Amino acid sequence: MLKPPELTGNGASLATSLFPLVISDLTFGSRERTLIDNLTMTLDGRGITAVMGANGAGKSLLLRLLHGLLTPTSGTINWNGQQLDDDIRARQAMVFQRPTMLRRSAADNLAFALQGLPRSKRKHRVEELITEAKLEHAALTPARLLSGGEQQRLAIARARASEPELLFLDEPAASLDPIATHAVEDFVRDIHHDGIKVILVTHDVGQAKRLADDVLFLHRGRVIEQAPAEEFFKRPTSAAARAYLDGQLAI
Amino acid sequence: MKRLLTPLAALALVASAALPAQAEDPFIIVQSTTSTQNSGLLNYILPIFKKKSGIDVRVVAVGTGQAIKNAANGDGDVLLVHAKPAEEKFVADGQGVKRFDVMYNDFVIVGPKSDPAKVAGGKNAAAAFKAIADAKAPFASRGDDSGTHKAEKRHWKAAGVDIDKASGDWYRSTGSGMGATLNTAAGMNAYALTDRATWIAFKNKGELEIVVEGDPKLFNQYGVILVNPEKHKHVKVKEGQQFIDWLLSAEGQNAIRSFKVDGQQLFFPNAETAEKKKAG
Amino acid sequence: MFESGSILSLAVGLVVSGDPELWSIIALSLRVSLTAVALACLIGLPLGAFLAVVKFPGRGGLVALLNAFMGLPPVVVGLFVYLALSRSGPLGVLGLLYTPTAMIIAQTILVTPLIAALARQSMADLHGEYDEFFRSLGLSTRQTIGALIWDGRYSLSTAALAGFGRAIAEVGAVIIVGGNIEHVTRVMTTAIALETSKGDLALAMALGLILIAIALLVNVAVLSLNRTAKRLAYA
Ligand SMILES: Nc1ncnc2c1ncn2[C@@H]1O[C@H](COP(=O)(O)OP(=O)(O)OP(=O)(O)O)[C@@H](O)[C@H]1O
Ligand SMILES: [Mg+2]
Repeated sequence: MLKPPELTGNGASLATSLFPLVISDLTFGSRERTLIDNLTMTLDGRGITAVMGANGAGKSLLLRLLHGLLTPTSGTINWNGQQLDDDIRARQAMVFQRPTMLRRSAADNLAFALQGLPRSKRKHRVEELITEAKLEHAALTPARLLSGGEQQRLAIARARASEPELLFLDEPAASLDPIATHAVEDFVRDIHHDGIKVILVTHDVGQAKRLADDVLFLHRGRVIEQAPAEEFFKRPTSAAARAYLDGQLAI
Repeated sequence: MKRLLTPLAALALVASAALPAQAEDPFIIVQSTTSTQNSGLLNYILPIFKKKSGIDVRVVAVGTGQAIKNAANGDGDVLLVHAKPAEEKFVADGQGVKRFDVMYNDFVIVGPKSDPAKVAGGKNAAAAFKAIADAKAPFASRGDDSGTHKAEKRHWKAAGVDIDKASGDWYRSTGSGMGATLNTAAGMNAYALTDRATWIAFKNKGELEIVVEGDPKLFNQYGVILVNPEKHKHVKVKEGQQFIDWLLSAEGQNAIRSFKVDGQQLFFPNAETAEKKKAG
Repeated sequence: MFESGSILSLAVGLVVSGDPELWSIIALSLRVSLTAVALACLIGLPLGAFLAVVKFPGRGGLVALLNAFMGLPPVVVGLFVYLALSRSGPLGVLGLLYTPTAMIIAQTILVTPLIAALARQSMADLHGEYDEFFRSLGLSTRQTIGALIWDGRYSLSTAALAGFGRAIAEVGAVIIVGGNIEHVTRVMTTAIALETSKGDLALAMALGLILIAIALLVNVAVLSLNRTAKRLAYA
C-alpha cells in the first residue's frame, strides 16, 4: 500500500491550510426532492479520499457543493473555519465527470488554465503539463477530437495547471481502458506526491483500493460510512455499502 | 474575436483601397428633384460647370417637397426644384436668399393606347382630367408632395374633381417618385401626369403613350435658390452662388438648351440673364 | 419586355467591360457595409455574450427588445440617423450627412441588433456548456465573454455574415443619409433604385444580379477563410 506523504506541497507555503473541512447539516434539494440530506462530517487534509456510492447517491452534487458551484439549501461548509469564497475556490480545482473541452487545441486548453501566469512562462509550463499528461503526440490536436482517455488526462493536467491544494476528481477513469486507467492512476499518485489533497469519486473498487487512504460512502444523499480504506473494504458496516461492494464482486 | 474581425477588416481595407482616390475638390450639395436627375440633364451640365469652376456639385435627388424640407434643415447649399409657390414661401420664410427662374419643361398626360377615357389628342389638361374622372379610368398619382404632385392637384381642382373621394378606387396614390409612379402606371395601364423629360428618358413605357400635351397650364417652371447662410452658417455661399450665377449665365443657359434626348430638347432656359437684361 | 437571358448577359457584360463607375460603386458598397459589419461586431458580439452570461433584472426585456430590433425597418434607421446628422440636428456640426461615414453609421445601427441577438443565442448555448468549468476556474465576466467569443468564433462568423447580408442589401437607410450622390454616396442598392425609377428595369436587374454575386463571394470568402483558419490553427 501506498504511504501518504507528509503534506508539504503548495499548501505549506500558504499561511493557513484549507483543512480541516467541517460540514454540518448540509442540505441541498428542490421542493420535491432532497438530494443531499443533512450531511455532517469532517475531513482532514491528508491522503486521497475516495467517495463511493450508487448512481444518483449524490457524489457529484457533493463535489459541486464543496467547490462552490452550487449553493446549499441549508447547512454550512467550513474550510479551516472559513466560508468558501473566491480565494478558497482558487486554491481548489475540479475535473468534472464529463470534462469540458474548449474548442481549441490540447495545448491551448492547458494555456487557458494558466492565464494567471506571465506569457513568457506559460509556454514552458504548457509543455511540462503536456509531457506529464503524455499528450506530446496530440498537443496541437483539437481537444474535442482527443479520445476519451486523452481528454480525461488533459482535463486532469488542466486542473493541475492552477496549482491547487485540493483536487476534486469525478470518476476520472470511467470508461477508460485498463492501460489508460493505469495511466490516470499513476497521474493521480504523482499529484498526491506533490502534496495535493485529492478527493476522488469512483465506482471502481479496485481503483479505490489501489489509491484511497480513506473512503466516504454516500447513500441517498447521506454519508453513511467514513472509514480508512482498508477497514472499509474489509468490514463495511452498513448494509448499503455491503450490497454495493457485493454487487461489484458479482460483476 | 480579433482574428474573426481580421478578414472582415482586411476586406474593408481592400474595398477602400479599390476606391479611386477621392480628390478633395471643393463641393456643394444641391437639393433637387428626380426629374432633373432621371432625365440626365444634370449629368450633362454638371461636368461642364465642374470643368469651368473646379466645383463638384453633389446632387441629392428627391421629391420637391422633400428637397425643400431638407434644404430648410440646412442640408444643402442650393435648392433647384419646380414648385413656384412653395419656393416663394421658402424664401419668404427666410430659408432662402432669393429665387431665380432657371428653365421650364412641360408636363404631359400619359395613358394607355386603348385610351378608355377618350382623351387622346386633347390640348386641355383640365378637360382631360375631368374625362378621366368621369370614366373612372385608373390614374396613378405621385402622392408624395413633389412638384409634379402639386401641379397634378392644381389640375384636379381646375377640373372640379374631388380626388380624395376616389383614392384607392380608380385613383391610385403611389407615394413615390416619378419613375416608380410610371412603373405603376405601365403595370396597370393607368393614366399619369409626368414631366416630359422623365417620360422621354423612361425605359419601361409598356402600353403607355402621351395622350395630352401642349396646354400652357402644363408648363413646369424650375427655380434655383441659395440656402440662406443667415439661417445656416455652414452654407457655402461663394461656391453656391457661383453655381447659381453660372446656371443663369448665357453659358449655363446654353448648356441647358443643348441637352437633348433622342434629338429632342427637354428643358427650355428662361432665366433673366444679364445679357437679356442689357438687351431689354 | 425583357428576357432573363438578356439580363444575365447584361450583368456579365457590365462586369467584363470593367466599367470604372460600376467598380467604384461596388467598392463603395463593400467599404460601407463591411466597415459597418466590423463595427457592429465590435459592439454586438460582446453585447450578445454579455446578455448570455450576466443575469440582471430586466435582461429578459432587453433580449426581447434586441430580438424585435432585428427587424428594424431600414427607413426608420435612416430617418433617425438623418435627424441626428442633419445640419439642424444635434450632430449637424459634424457635417457628416451625405457622406459614406453617415451610411456606415446607419448600417452599423441597423445590423448591430441582428448580430447581437444571433450572438446571444449561440453564446447562451456555449455558455451552458462552459459555465461550471469557468466558474471552477474563477474567471471574471470579461474573461468569460472573451473566451466564449473566441470559442464561438465560427458560429459567430455566421452572425457577422447575416449582418453583412442585411447591410449590403438595404436601400432605405443609405438612400436617406447618403443621398445617392453620384461618385460620392452611390452604392449598389441606391443605383438599383435609381435605375428602377428611370424605368430601366433590365439594368436594375443586372445590377441586382451583380449584388447577389458580390454577397455570394463575400460569403464564400469568409467561410473558406474560416475553414483555412480552422485547419491552420490545428494542423
Ligand atoms: N442541479 C440539479 N438539480 C436537480 N437534481 C439534480 C441536480 N444535479 C443532480 N441532481 C439529481 O441528484 C441526484 C444525485 O446526482 P449526482 O450527480 O450527485 O449523482 P452521482 O452520485 O454522482 O451519480 P453517478 O454515479 O451516476 O455519477 C440524481 O438523482 C440527479 O438526478
Ligand atoms: Mg456523478
